Amino acid sequence: MSSDRSNTQNGSEQKKANSDSTQTSMSKKTEAITPEFEGDLINKIVSKFGDKVIHVIYIRPGRTKILVPSHEIVQVASFIKDTLGFDHAESVSGTDYPKDNQIEVIYHLGSYSVDKLSSQILALSTRADRNDSRLPTLINIFKSVEYHERETFEMLGVYFEGHPRNERFLLPEDWADIPPLRKEFRIKGR
Amino acid sequence: MDNLEQKFNETIKMGLDIVKETEEDRLMTLSVGPQHPGSGHFRFTIKVDGDYIVYCDPDPGYVHRGEEKMCEYRNFIQNIPHLERPIIHDSTNITYSYSLAVEELANIQVPLRGQYIRALASELNRQVYTLYWLAIYGIFLGHSTMFMWPMGDRELFIDLLEALTGARVTHAFNIPGGVRNDVPEGFKDRCLRQVAYFEKRLTEYEDIFYNNPLFRQRTEGVGILTKDNAIKLGVTGSVLRASGIPFDVRKAEPYDIYNEIDFKIQYMKTCDSFARSTVPFLDMKESCHIIRQLLDKMPKSGEVRAKLQPNPKGPPGESYKRVESGRGALGYYIVSDGTPKPYRVKISVGSFRNMLALPFLLIGSKLADMPSIYWSLNYWPVEADR
Amino acid sequence: MRSGDRDSIMIKDLVNPTNFNILVGKLGDALTRALDQPLGYAINWGRIWSLWPVHLETACCSVEFGAASGPRYDVERFGIIEAFGSLRQCDLIVVQGTVTRKMAPRLRMVYDQMPDPKYVIAMGACAITGGLYIDSYNVLPGVDGIIPVDVYVPGCPPRPETLIQGTMLLQEKIKRLKIR
Ligand code: SF4
Repeated sequence: MSSDRSNTQNGSEQKKANSDSTQTSMSKKTEAITPEFEGDLINKIVSKFGDKVIHVIYIRPGRTKILVPSHEIVQVASFIKDTLGFDHAESVSGTDYPKDNQIEVIYHLGSYSVDKLSSQILALSTRADRNDSRLPTLINIFKSVEYHERETFEMLGVYFEGHPRNERFLLPEDWADIPPLRKEFRIKGR
Repeated sequence: MDNLEQKFNETIKMGLDIVKETEEDRLMTLSVGPQHPGSGHFRFTIKVDGDYIVYCDPDPGYVHRGEEKMCEYRNFIQNIPHLERPIIHDSTNITYSYSLAVEELANIQVPLRGQYIRALASELNRQVYTLYWLAIYGIFLGHSTMFMWPMGDRELFIDLLEALTGARVTHAFNIPGGVRNDVPEGFKDRCLRQVAYFEKRLTEYEDIFYNNPLFRQRTEGVGILTKDNAIKLGVTGSVLRASGIPFDVRKAEPYDIYNEIDFKIQYMKTCDSFARSTVPFLDMKESCHIIRQLLDKMPKSGEVRAKLQPNPKGPPGESYKRVESGRGALGYYIVSDGTPKPYRVKISVGSFRNMLALPFLLIGSKLADMPSIYWSLNYWPVEADR
Repeated sequence: MRSGDRDSIMIKDLVNPTNFNILVGKLGDALTRALDQPLGYAINWGRIWSLWPVHLETACCSVEFGAASGPRYDVERFGIIEAFGSLRQCDLIVVQGTVTRKMAPRLRMVYDQMPDPKYVIAMGACAITGGLYIDSYNVLPGVDGIIPVDVYVPGCPPRPETLIQGTMLLQEKIKRLKIR
């Protein structure tokens, strides 16, 4: 029960910090206030791979996001799993940026096995070229990404190399249009 | 025909009397759903070898309505009604995390009384959801009393929510900045009476369903999902807690006023279908305590909703917020580009995450255990498809 | 002689296997027409009070369908029995909400497999026009494009009372139908 109490304390602190930092976190790519614990986590990753590989997007209480080039993502992911203790993916999603001609794929990683990390979500993101979007799969590191990656494949057309089934999942079998979550796909009458 | 003759000739040549049975001949493929008494809007193909399932391939998407794409064409407020449709009997929770995420993006502070009413509606809705789930589980296992009882008690909670929000199931109650309206007069007494009655009923449920030897035989030791595997598959909610991991978003990352509420995380260590079906039941019990505390601690008066400008929007940025719904962590990932419409919305739902455990658990178990495993995963196909 | 010839040809036609089925069908029609007056009321009365719906959920309206068969609304009073059986014994299909492009062929298949006097209730705004999801890329604008609908029950989701009213309307309709 003592762990519960400490948890609740954590929560209230977090809340305070949250309201403090919301103004700062809005301006993207600046890290004015970096909460200690989260800063430590990111520092560990950066010191392993160097800041040429890891681009820190933001550090907020409970939420951190890094951007990694696609050829390094497997190593970074396995480091995150083995050393830091993030053990499952909560969601995998992709965002289409036609302006940059890129598609961003984001893995929201969480942890069940390490108590301290239970309030943390680490967003591991990478970018793929829009015309030839291929990324290495993380299924060998996080088994839980299996269906999420399959969904990302059909919704955004990102091919995950090494994934056993890059196939239809949610869409009808006779779907013959472009992947629906790409920005040039327009829905009826809009 | 030629093929058969050829095969026959070959066999004769080899000097055998009969064609040997291959593995392919023994397997039978069954398609479960979408028209099936239990599966709902979901289909999975299984192959059985005698009594045992050797292959399972889920095929969701029968209710895929493109919610995430539709979000990009509506502004933050217009999105609420269609976002609660994936799970209309738990609609307060699915809009809860959406509101939290929008509040973080647009930097909105929710008044304290609004936070309490939110949590209250969310707990009442959890009861509604879990009772519906329990009723269907009763049907699945051929226990029709357990269909009738929860369905009846569920209506009482629906009455409460109807008084609070104005609609039976689709409340659209949580909005960015608070809740739509204040609690009606005399709501507290009504709520307390209902909860007291319901707690009495829960003990009766225990007698007739959970202590029923038939139910226990059909679920105990069936579909074991060990702790390590649960972590590996990334399951969530009651499935996770039934595998002995005390993880609840309300404790792990308290949102709104949940850090002032005193409750325990309910979990079991037996990892089987029985544990997975008991944990939601224990959650209902705990939810009753939470409702009492919320009613006690709620400020007597005050605003329930922050003043917003007509089209709330924030600077470019993104947020990921999650709440504990009836089926586990429910997260929203919203990217905003500074306009009143979201740039990208991703809904990470518990059902979709728990689906990964279905083939894992079904392969190797008996066909007769399929219903008890499938529905114990707390799976609602409409939500998984979005 | 000639008339006798003609008679023998007629008998020959009767035995002809291709014509045989048509003849039986015609006979059946004549029989139903003959029975319509004296027995039609009784047969329709029987149909009204034993409407068996198929258990095919298409979207979220199924929650309210479940509530309607629960103890408070108890749709069984009107002869609609909560379905557990095979669709080959059913004569009613309640389309419970959105029909997506993936579900549409299955819905049609289910409809085709049901035995003949069969009725359709379109439940919910989505089944009527597409409702909230009218502009989605994967949703049919109404179910009446693929199967004929007898009664439309509006609402999103329709309250169980509305569904009950819909079934009562269907019963009224069946009462006035000629037996088939
Ligand atoms: S009418 Fe409403 S409740 Fe019914 S299926 Fe459509 S969206 Fe769901």
